Amino acid sequence: MIHFVLLISRQGKVRLTKWYSPYTQKERTKVLRELSGVILTRGPKLCNFVEWRGYKVVYKRYASLYFCMCIDQEDNELEVLEIIHHYVEILDRYFGSVCELDLIFNFHKAYYILDELLIAGELQEPSKKTVARLISAQDQLVEAAKEQRSSISNIIAQATK
Amino acid sequence: MAGGTSSSIMETFFQRNLEDLIKGLRLQLIGESAFISKALDEIRREVKSTDPHTKSNAIHKLSYLASLHFHDMSWAAFHVVEVMSSSRFAHKRIGYQAASLSFHDDTPVLLLITNQLRKDLTSTNEFEVSLALECLSRISTTDLARDLTPEIFTLLSTTKLFVRRKAIGVALRVFAKYPDAVRVCFKRLVENLESPDQQILSAVVGVFCELASNDPGSYLPLAPEFYRILIDSKNNWVLIKVLKIFAKLAPLEPRLAKRVVEPICEHMRRTGAKSLMFECVRTVVSSFSEYESAVKLAVVKIRELLVDDDPNLKYLGLRGLSIVTLKHSWAVLENKEVVIKSLSDADPNIKLESLRLVMAMVSESNVVEISRVLVNYSLKSDPEFCNEILGSILSTCSRNVYEIIVDFDWYVSLLGEMSRIPHCQKGDEIENQLIDIGMRVNDVRPELVQVARDLLIDPALLGNPFLHRILSAAAWVSGEYVEFSRNPFELMEALLQPRTSLLPPSIRAVYIHSAFKVLVFCLHSFILQKGHFTSSCPDNLVPGISALALKREMPESSDLITCEAPPTHGEQDEGFNPRVSNQSCEDLSVEHDGDRTISHGQTSMHDSSEKNSFTYESIVNLINVVELALDPLTGSHDVEVLERARNVLCFIELIKAELPECLVQKETSVDSEDVKAFKIIELMSDAFSEELGPVSVSAQERVPLPEGLILKENLDDLETICGEVQVPPSNLFSFGSPYGEEKGVFFSDLHSKEESEPSTEATSLLTEHRKRHGLYYLPSEKNEILANDYPPANDSKWKNNLNNDTEDLVKLTAQSLVSNKKPNHAKPRPVVVKLDDGDVGSISAKRPEAKDDLLSGAVREVLLGSDVIPTSQSNESNKSFGKRKGKEKLNMEPSTELKENLGDSEKPDLEKPRSRRSKHRTHGKDRRHKSPENINEEREENGLRGKQKSSHRHARHKARQRADALLTVVSQTPVIPDFLL
Repeated sequence: MIHFVLLISRQGKVRLTKWYSPYTQKERTKVLRELSGVILTRGPKLCNFVEWRGYKVVYKRYASLYFCMCIDQEDNELEVLEIIHHYVEILDRYFGSVCELDLIFNFHKAYYILDELLIAGELQEPSKKTVARLISAQDQLVEAAKEQRSSISNIIAQATK
Repeated sequence: MAGGTSSSIMETFFQRNLEDLIKGLRLQLIGESAFISKALDEIRREVKSTDPHTKSNAIHKLSYLASLHFHDMSWAAFHVVEVMSSSRFAHKRIGYQAASLSFHDDTPVLLLITNQLRKDLTSTNEFEVSLALECLSRISTTDLARDLTPEIFTLLSTTKLFVRRKAIGVALRVFAKYPDAVRVCFKRLVENLESPDQQILSAVVGVFCELASNDPGSYLPLAPEFYRILIDSKNNWVLIKVLKIFAKLAPLEPRLAKRVVEPICEHMRRTGAKSLMFECVRTVVSSFSEYESAVKLAVVKIRELLVDDDPNLKYLGLRGLSIVTLKHSWAVLENKEVVIKSLSDADPNIKLESLRLVMAMVSESNVVEISRVLVNYSLKSDPEFCNEILGSILSTCSRNVYEIIVDFDWYVSLLGEMSRIPHCQKGDEIENQLIDIGMRVNDVRPELVQVARDLLIDPALLGNPFLHRILSAAAWVSGEYVEFSRNPFELMEALLQPRTSLLPPSIRAVYIHSAFKVLVFCLHSFILQKGHFTSSCPDNLVPGISALALKREMPESSDLITCEAPPTHGEQDEGFNPRVSNQSCEDLSVEHDGDRTISHGQTSMHDSSEKNSFTYESIVNLINVVELALDPLTGSHDVEVLERARNVLCFIELIKAELPECLVQKETSVDSEDVKAFKIIELMSDAFSEELGPVSVSAQERVPLPEGLILKENLDDLETICGEVQVPPSNLFSFGSPYGEEKGVFFSDLHSKEESEPSTEATSLLTEHRKRHGLYYLPSEKNEILANDYPPANDSKWKNNLNNDTEDLVKLTAQSLVSNKKPNHAKPRPVVVKLDDGDVGSISAKRPEAKDDLLSGAVREVLLGSDVIPTSQSNESNKSFGKRKGKEKLNMEPSTELKENLGDSEKPDLEKPRSRRSKHRTHGKDRRHKSPENINEEREENGLRGKQKSSHRHARHKARQRADALLTVVSQTPVIPDFLL
């Protein structure tokens, strides 16, 4: 299974962390420090797998972002690379040629998309189209609520309540 | 009221949302931490607002700060729950996200969300259901899992595929937390395996893959389903997972392996996806290694990966190869060039992997060649990889007590060479091995001393702190085995060279002590050479001699005098047992007197054959050199150095007075035996020539506790006494009698010094040795038994163990005898002393985790209970099964009954493990050959005994087997259906 997902920028800034196994806050910072030290220093033409504390970390760099997933020793590395690519493609489709800023300002959306893709550390939705459809459906739900909320009459109603 | 409302409106209008926060954070001028703490203050205020929008916005910002800037948000847990329970989807989503980011199993508010989750899980809005499922997949405690099992059960067959998929994923977590959920949900989960929807299939296969990796045996009955998927599915995600499941199942059921190996090969041939291809390869090489043709195909595919330009595929190819090597070493040899070439790859991971493979190729015949290549290569590579190479050579060669080394002369010279490699940081390991080999392998000692001498004599090496440990080992070796040295004078100079001041004190002390040994050896050889000794000295020493001194001589003589008959067991006992009676000592000493003369004859012959002869001048010169070098050290601040230096100087002081006269006297002197100096020298050399062998780690425990010795006595009083004396700190034991005053000592005094001196030396070296070589000692196997009661001195079991040890020694001496007679032209592999390893491995076998066991028990029950309930199952398990079924419908109480049961059954287990162990010695064996049949049998004894220790299980299992042997025999057959028919 996937133990955690990390997005780290080339400068070592953390853009997203998702933990599927229990880690305390202290362990999380330690993991991040260790892994960004190992991964960011690796050259461009090296393999995408790093052995780390009995686990394997599969990473791939897209533009200025490193997508890392930590898996068990016997998991399939190439499959995880494909999951990473899959995630990036969905992000790309959702934001329209995604860039780091998109993820910075919409950190919650990156999480929502990841949640549609993986559950409990397992891939659950291999179809890009379905993920996109589900996410937009949920966004519509939120938007509808927002519109209703921000209408003038609603504010007046609340103030005079 | 109005005021409150208006302030909330103000807040709503002017509250910073997440975007503002992030923008602000990126543009802040006051420093990030200051900005964040300001933002946190704001959030703290906003979160208390009554307006749900303000509140959820605050939580949103907070979860951002928590997840990416790692600020604690546990204080807001209650507010998160409030937001979760909002009726608006937008807020709910924020609340759930915050919860899954920040909650963990110990969060107290988890108790409050059960109802909220239940409400959302049964909601008509499928997105709300999905939110709750995601949350549950992240945080599920035992309580949550138990209480929400019915909802999950319903969702497992919902028509909304999107929700069902998530429910399947969540089931995995629920099972892990609350194994009893299996009884409820498992059947529905299995039904999903037949779903036509690929996404559902992918999810459910993923769950089974995860479940099977912990306990494959329980899922054997599902093999037909998986087989169907393997044949029919076109989806690579699914196929990879199914392959993983088969990799786990195949070793358990040979018939299954036979069926699936062909379809797997078919996939391997046909697929274009590298991930699937690699998974096929991995499955074949790890679980189907006995199918020759499949393995061959896999190796062909591995080769394709190896020659690929993509570093990922190359890495995986090497990984695959390293799995194949375990069973088929030809695969590596076929791809030798690629592997060796990868050693110089740009990627450190690939280099490391190929190094592992190269080391896997090492065997007795090629170890010399490969090590040569690697050592040369390490000279050229970067420091990190260089040490990686050296480390793997060292660990491979020392594996299983130097199993693959035939030519130890070569190996010790390789060790010497490795120490000189500039980047070498493996000092500790080389040090260990130098000493270890010295102790274990008699025949290599001459070469070892030569290597040590070469290291010691090089003044440049003293400047490298990484080498100090190696030098310490070299110094120790050269002192301990000085009799093999070609030129002791040279050795002495090396040990006392001025640059030794660069060494840390502890190592310097080893140097000085080795110098002492060399000095004593030279003096002794000189005297022997002069032929002063007409007879042995033990006769002369009788008045002052103690049993201890006698004992010391005995093993020594038996080891050195190789033409003597192999030592008897009785002698060895003495080595371990301080309580041996004096009588036996004396008896043995009589035996030894006869041998002594022979030994001296031999040594002197040995001496005369040496190139350098000891002249009077050279001896005097030697003494002067030692005095000159050590004199300044009597003012050393380190107690160990000071002590050792003084020992040597006092020794010189003692003999110096009489030395000239006895040296001049030559053979004419009749009374030479009376000269004290001779006796001293003789005693010292006897003391030093005692051999230190490897000692079993449990040897200490075998020493019975002497009567009247209270080991756990409170020694607080001692501290007050010692506090006044102010002993300088030292980790080694040293005794503080001032030797300076001991000039005109009586014989008895002298003797006491002789006696205690080597003993401290021996113990300190021994403890040092043991500390470093813990690896080579036996872990104390029967610890719990020994801890409770030490076996009496003459316990038969204890003797058995000892006998094994001694047998090794016997073999050793016999062997060295043989090799002494034949000059070693053919170079047979020298004997390596090994200690009786016992059956440590089988005892410390890992026991599966309790939770997993519960889970798999439950799974077995469901699978076998619903599919094939064998009619002949023993009444015991049948009854419990029925009970469980009844309970399952209520589904309210957790496994209290189960726990009680376990508690009961565990008690007797604790009480009498010892008796059982001694009685049923066979049960270890029983456990080892855990054949598939056995597992099937186990499977049939369902969940009841989940938590029990496995040893217990076997014992009970056995008992039952005995009781109704007939039943089990009958039940075996129906339990194993031919899964693939």
